[in-house]
Amino acid sequence: MLVAAILLWMIFAVWPEWLKDAIGRKKVFLNALFNGITLGGLYFLVASGFTLIFGLMRNVNLAHGSLYLLGGYVGYFVADSTGYWLLAFPAAFIVVAVLGVALQLLVFRRMQGQDLRQTLVTIGISIVMADLMLWGFGGDFYNISPPSWLSGPMETFFVTGTKRKTGELIYMKYPVVRIVIFAAAVAIGVGMWLLLNRTRIGMMVRAGVDDQEMLSATGARIQLVFVGVFAFGAGLAGMAGVVGGTFQSVAPGEDIRFLLASLVVVIVGGMGSIPGAALGALLIGLAEQFGSVYMPTYAVVLTFLIMVIVLAFRPQGLMGRA
Amino acid sequence: MASVEYQESEKFGLNWWERVPAVWWILAVLLLAMPAFANSFVLFQIFGWAFILGMIALSLMFLAGYGGMVSLLQMTVAGLAGYMVAILGDSAITTISLGWPWYVSIPAAIFIASVFATLCGWLAVRTEGIYTIMITLAIASAFFYFARQNYVIFNGFSGFNGVSPPQLFGVDWKQPTAFYYLTLFWATLSFLLIQYLSRAPFGLALQGIRDNPRRMAALGFNVTGHRIAAYAFASVIAAIGGILLTWQSGQISPGTAGVGPVIDILIIAVIGGMRRPIGPFIGAFIYVLLKTFAVDVLISLGLGGERFQLLIGLSFLAIVFWSPDGILGLWDRWRENRGRDPLTGERRDAP
Repeated sequence: MLVAAILLWMIFAVWPEWLKDAIGRKKVFLNALFNGITLGGLYFLVASGFTLIFGLMRNVNLAHGSLYLLGGYVGYFVADSTGYWLLAFPAAFIVVAVLGVALQLLVFRRMQGQDLRQTLVTIGISIVMADLMLWGFGGDFYNISPPSWLSGPMETFFVTGTKRKTGELIYMKYPVVRIVIFAAAVAIGVGMWLLLNRTRIGMMVRAGVDDQEMLSATGARIQLVFVGVFAFGAGLAGMAGVVGGTFQSVAPGEDIRFLLASLVVVIVGGMGSIPGAALGALLIGLAEQFGSVYMPTYAVVLTFLIMVIVLAFRPQGLMGRA
Repeated sequence: MASVEYQESEKFGLNWWERVPAVWWILAVLLLAMPAFANSFVLFQIFGWAFILGMIALSLMFLAGYGGMVSLLQMTVAGLAGYMVAILGDSAITTISLGWPWYVSIPAAIFIASVFATLCGWLAVRTEGIYTIMITLAIASAFFYFARQNYVIFNGFSGFNGVSPPQLFGVDWKQPTAFYYLTLFWATLSFLLIQYLSRAPFGLALQGIRDNPRRMAALGFNVTGHRIAAYAFASVIAAIGGILLTWQSGQISPGTAGVGPVIDILIIAVIGGMRRPIGPFIGAFIYVLLKTFAVDVLISLGLGGERFQLLIGLSFLAIVFWSPDGILGLWDRWRENRGRDPLTGERRDAP
């Protein structure tokens, strides 16, 4: 409670001089906070597909980063050639989801229950995909530019300070696109939660997470559920690729970065849990941004430290079930 | 996974050198005599490198094959040991390197690397199976990013260069022939050690824990303790491999222990086969051959040399698809089939 109160005060109040001397200007702090939260939204998009696939099929899909990167490339070319940024999302979703279906049908179904072998196969696939994408798209950086109505900063109601002379309050400016995308990530998260907890399909998925064999014994067509979940998880990764391409850039090497980010998020949050992925993504996003602002050399260590502490005290993750 | 291997009892009456199959003796003589007919590039770049990668992959094979723990940490441990030799010993970066004599810096490097590996092992054994892969991969990449960002200890992006083996007994160990024998010695030693350990009580207990941890715990074995000890033991082999690797290339940088090399070690172990200690060396030899000559082959096929990763990835996929036990598994199956009568399918007595 006290921590939350202090945090709220730090966000809303005008900072006194001593605090400014201690940890720098409020603008920096608020920017790190916002960047952390929006980055968490992006991580959530990537990691939720990963954790969904893992929870249901026990398949650690180490090619998830490659799916993310492919989504980014597809999104870039669709947005670039048609001129509609919004069109990039369904395009990336569909292309990557189709690839996910193909992977599930042609590869993973053949080795069901052999989770180590599946993991090794996904490593192979990620190597092959990374090289094919390098071959096809080259080593350049691609930036997906958002449409004009989303670019540029937006006034928020957070105070960053007061003007020296007039005493007027200065409000923070923040890129619109990041806020919109974060809202979309939250909406997708809530939608997923509703889908999982309020619908028949969601019931089947949850039952499959608990006991696959029992579910197939009751007559549910579990292979269909598997294909559906894999397609959805892969599609989410593809959409996240478009988001990542808008936030940052699409380039070789990003696949590994986001694979690792989703690994850490899922380890921290708890494997197979959607709320866990949300919490983990938020924590890791904040840790990364605050780390890079306040202790640049050791930002990675901070992320890593969170993971170690969680593993040491709650090996199943914050929201995971033992 | 393989069941525990028993010594064949009818061979007990023989002397130890008669119990070793003739193939091994031929291989040993061949390897010892290699400098007589191989040029220095083959000795240094192919055999030296294959032995080193084989050692690092061997430490993974020990953990995965006998302990059932697929740890992606071994290359990181090797990299840390390499870094420590550069930091504690001599390198071209004189502002950081402490310049300790080799008899202090090398044991210290191995010690630090194994303490690190034991701590990480302590974390990793809290999880099982595929979780272990995820956690060790996360630790390995954290090390990579940390080493790349840290300039005070690890000298950031560029790392250390000018690291060379000590001039011992008047021999320049950087010379191809000397380095070949150096790596051959350590590779053989670690191979024999693992071979011995697989039948020693510790190795047998570890294999028991791999097959059924609950039963072993019920029998009074300390499951966690054995697993952590396995991490500690494997780390020593990986650390020696890492030091040799640093000497071979003369430098160490974050890329040495990046995500790519970490995965490569797993690929080497899987391609070779994780059932027996010889597997990783076979895998390493194939990997080094591919890495050295694939460029020429690819160019002659008109594909361009940079598609090497594709070749590695595809061959890895093929191995995982058709023979999960790697080349060794293929070999075992071939021998099994040869031992059977083609008509009745019964076992013939081995020729």
